[in-house]
Order: sequence, then C-alpha cells, then structure tokens
Amino acid sequence: MRLRSRWSATSQPLICAACFKALSDSAPILQLNDVRYRWPGRASFGLHVPDLTLARSETVLLLGESGSGKSTLLSLICGTITAGSGRVCVAGTDIAALSAGQRDRFRAEQIGLIFQQFNLLPFASVQDNILLPLKFAPERRKRLTDPNAEAKRLCQDLGLPEGVMSAKSGALSVGQQQRVAAARALIGMPPLIIADEPTSSLDAATQATFLELLFAQSRAHGTTLLMVSHDARLSSQFDRVIHMADIAKTMRDAA
Amino acid sequence: MIFRLAFGSLIARGLTVCMTILAIALSVALFLGVEKVRTGAKSSFADTISGTDLIVGARSGSVQLLLYSVFRIGNATNNLTWESYRDIAERPEVDWIVPISLGDSHRQFRVMGTTKAFFDRYKYRSGQSLAVRDGQIMDDLFDTVIGADVAATLGYSVGDPIVVAHGIASFTEHDDQPFRVSGILEKTGTPVDRTVIVSLEAIEAIHVDWQSGAKIPGQSTPADVLRNMELEPHAVTAALLGIKSRLQVFRLQRAINEYPEEPLLAILPGVALQELWQIVGIAETALVAVSAMVVVTALIGMMATIFSSLNERRREMAIFRAMGARPRVILGMLVLEAVLMAAVGAVLGLGLLYIGLLVGQPLIDSAFGLWLPIEPPTLREFWVLLGVVVAGAIVSLVPALRAYRMSLADGMMVRI
Repeated sequence: MRLRSRWSATSQPLICAACFKALSDSAPILQLNDVRYRWPGRASFGLHVPDLTLARSETVLLLGESGSGKSTLLSLICGTITAGSGRVCVAGTDIAALSAGQRDRFRAEQIGLIFQQFNLLPFASVQDNILLPLKFAPERRKRLTDPNAEAKRLCQDLGLPEGVMSAKSGALSVGQQQRVAAARALIGMPPLIIADEPTSSLDAATQATFLELLFAQSRAHGTTLLMVSHDARLSSQFDRVIHMADIAKTMRDAA
Repeated sequence: MIFRLAFGSLIARGLTVCMTILAIALSVALFLGVEKVRTGAKSSFADTISGTDLIVGARSGSVQLLLYSVFRIGNATNNLTWESYRDIAERPEVDWIVPISLGDSHRQFRVMGTTKAFFDRYKYRSGQSLAVRDGQIMDDLFDTVIGADVAATLGYSVGDPIVVAHGIASFTEHDDQPFRVSGILEKTGTPVDRTVIVSLEAIEAIHVDWQSGAKIPGQSTPADVLRNMELEPHAVTAALLGIKSRLQVFRLQRAINEYPEEPLLAILPGVALQELWQIVGIAETALVAVSAMVVVTALIGMMATIFSSLNERRREMAIFRAMGARPRVILGMLVLEAVLMAAVGAVLGLGLLYIGLLVGQPLIDSAFGLWLPIEPPTLREFWVLLGVVVAGAIVSLVPALRAYRMSLADGMMVRI
C-alpha cells in the first residue's frame, strides 16, 4: 500500500503485475554479517564489517572519510570483489554462492548504480545509456512492457527536456548527465540503488533538485537507496544515516 | 545494441581508428599488389613466347636453350647445321619454322639474324604479334629492325646507322658493313625489346670477310657485291617451330631429340619456361615474404593502437561492467572492434588495389612491359583478406585480455 501511495506522487511506471510481489517482500534488501576482506597484495589493509542491514525502500546515507573503505564496501555489495569470510546477502541471495558470471547478472538485475562522475557513455544516445543495464538484466527488462516508453517517462519525471532521448549524452550539461545516470539506475526498478557521491560534481542548487528527483523516483519505485557521501548536511533528507566508522573497521584496527 | 555501442565507440575515436584502418588498408593493398605483380610477372614471363610449339637447338639443357634462344642470355654451346635445319623444316608435321642466328652484338644489345617470317610467327602475351611503331620491316640486306628498348636507350630513330660488333663484348666491329635502322618495334615487354634484328643473310654477309672469328686482313667485299651473293648460312643458333597438329608435338620432339645426324634438342617452350620460373622462384618467395611482413606490421600497429586506447577507454569498460556486462563481453567487444577495423581495412585495401591497377596498369605496361590484368579477386585473395581479419582478431586478443583483467581489477568503482 505504501508503494502504491508513493507512486501516486508521480506518473505510473510501466511495470508488470508479477513484480509487485517481489518488491513488497519484507526481507532486508541488504545484509552483511561479519564480512572480512583484504585487497590482494595489500595484506596490511583490509575491511571488517560486523553487521549492516538495509530494509527495503529505506533511504540510507553512508558517511565516511576518504580511505575508510567505502568503495571497498560498495564493491563487496556489488559482487565485483568477494569477501574473504562472512556473508553479503542482496535481496536474500548470498552473492558469494554465485559464480562470477552469475554475480555479474545478479548485479545487473538487482542493483542500479549512480556514480560521482556519472559514467555515461558519451558517444551513445541518452536512450541507449538508460537502456544499457537492461541488456544484461533480462528479468529487469521483463518488468517493463515498453522499455523505451519507460526510459522516456523517467526522463520526464527527472526533469530532462523533451527530445533529449536521441541526444548524445556527452552533449548534455553536468546536471542533465547526472539525471540520465539516475534514470539508468532506476530503469527496470532494481530493488537497490547505490549512489556513490552522486552530487559532489553538482552545484548546490542542482544538487538539491537532483536529490529531490532521486528521492521521488526511488520512493515511487519502492527502491532502497544507499548513498555514499562526505557531506553530512544531506543527513536530514534520509531515513537513516550511518557512518563508516560505526559499521566497519579497517583490518589494521581489527587485527 | 551492444554492437551499436561498440560501433559508436569506434566512431568517437574516429581519427585514431581511421589511421589504423588506413594502415591496414595500405598494407593489404601492398600485399595484394605484390601478389598481382608476382602473378602478372609470372604470366608475362610465361607469355614471353606463345604460339611456338617447339624450340630446336644444339643439344644442351632445356633451360639453357630457352635462355639463349628466347631471352638472349648466354650462348649456345653449338649450332644447328643448315642441313639439319632443312631436314626438320621438310618434315610433314612442321607447319612453319623460323631460324634465329645469334652471336654478334650492338652496344649491350644482342643482334639476331632471322627471316621476315619471325615477325609473323613470333607471338607473345596470349598470341599478340609484333608491331612496327616506326618505319618498316627490313627490306634491304643491311636494314635492321630494333626493339623499343634499344631505340629508347640508344636514342635511335629510323634511318640511323648501326655498326654491329663481332661477338659479345668484342672490340672488333663490322664497321665496313654498317646497317640502317629501317623500323622500330612497339614495346612488348619481352626480350625482343632489347634485340637488334637483322636478316639471316645479313649475318652471313658481314662475316664474308671473316675467318675463324677474325677479319681477313685487307679484304673488304663491297656491299653491292654482297647484295648479289648467295648468302645461305652454314648453321643457325636455333629455330622456332610451329606444328600442324598439336597431337604431333611429342612425336616430332622425340624425332628431333633422336636425330641421327647431329645431337639436337627440341623443347616445349611452356615447360621450359616453368622450369626457369622455378629457378627464379626464390625471388618470388622473398617478395611474398616481405609483403606479408608489411601486413604483420600493420596488424601489430593495430594491436598497439588498441593497447594505447585502453587507458582512455577504461571508464567505458568500467561502465559496461557496472551495468552487468561480464568481462567476456568486454573481451568480445575489443575483439569485435579489431575484426571490424581489419575487415574494413581489408575491403578498403582491395579497393585501393583496384584503383591502383586502373591508374597504374597502362603506366606499368609501357614502363616495364608488365601486364597486370584487372580481374575479380581470386580465391587466394579472398583467403588473404579473410586471413587478415582472422589475424586481426587473434592479435587483438592481447589487448583484449589485458582489458579483461583490467575490468576485473577496476571493479565498477573506477574513478578515472
């Protein structure tokens, strides 16, 4: 009911009925238990996360200093690196139990990513950039009856101008590029969005607008949002704020 | 979509990609061009003489007989007596016979005595006849027809006098019996271009006052007297022979080779040319090897280009990985890119070759007498093009595997 009421705040996503059930599951979307990781060749440095849980539809701000292991934590959650010990469960699946290929597909299906530097393909059109994750996530694509129409709808909802779909993403302004990056993360309604300092390149006004739109979209889709930032001023806008220092220790400390 | 994105990435790096494709195209064009020149040279070589069924000379080796009778290289070990020549000429299988007499020279060019029938019977390049560019076939005893290279090198024109030297590299000249250029032949690309042709009787005439290879002191027969003399040769160097029916070639060849009066040799020009080509084939192999090295260099250049683009494309690959692309997709994209570049380069190279042939064919023909036919690509050329594309794919595996490892190491949080 909560999802439906939030969707009413914006236009209806083109989602098939079978997907509602999965999205309304009450199990945590992310759970890390006693996770330990050491970078290969850097035995003196590692990360230990005793416990981290994110509920579905929750918006969480992860604050941490540079070098505190934020990127390592995100890589562990995304499954591009695997923990030495402990469990990383995304949407109820222990990603360590998946093969490398299965992890790639699982990531594409379950996680939408927004980067600090947008990381759009500059030579590709806005439409191709937004639809790119669907190429590697067939289940995510199946949730949409018309991916092109959904991409267009997301662009409209994120305040991108009419006719932007065919434009080369490299030709857009910084703020527009970040919105395209958000649309790319949101398309197909992955249950978890990870945003790695997505507003650090934006000025204050654009930053506020972007966050407002991102929140509206993620809440409309019932998506969990885990956003990494240095900026503690954003704290009030999130359901929960966690500090790297509270949830994780570098292995030097942990050893 | 992935193909479209890979193509878009290529277009975005247009200049570098174009340069790489151009390098491949040029090397492919060079390789195929060398192939064309090689096959053209081979067929031109094989077409040095055509329409002649047998060449007859004193018994030696078939290649040696071919070399001195057709290519004017080296000397005959012995002559063919005029009696034997007449004997052969009178055989029923013989359709026509043309004697050639070699031995003297003019500057660095060989002088060949023959009959007027030579100009009708000697064929080259699939049956083409000799044509007179300036003047006419010799009419007088002391007329000469010179090849195109002789005229071009020595700057001769019709009416110019020519003094024939006795033997090759001899300081003794038949200066008492000068010849006059009566005609200059069109360029043929054959040894005829480098030949001074006189009548068989003229060869006899200039040697009337000679004995045992030396001029008889104080003796000089006037030209008018010589013109009225019976100048039948005692011997000729070789004879070109045409047969009424091809079925009789081997029988006549055997009969000449077993001629009881003197040891003779009859050779099939085509077979002897093939034997000779095999001898010079090492140069052909070297030529192919060098052009193959050019293609290999271009492919290594493409590998270097892909390598150097890896860093600038690191973000692109990280994006694909972040979106869920498996590392093998990254690997596949780079190999696909290389295959595309190699394929476009190969096709462009083929196009350049044909443009080059269209422009260069008449120039090469007139400059070197080498006829390069413009024909559709052969199966061998198709294999070469396919080989370039496959080699491009293989070569690209080196940077592709590096990209694969890089994409694994970078994960998806790369900030470049």
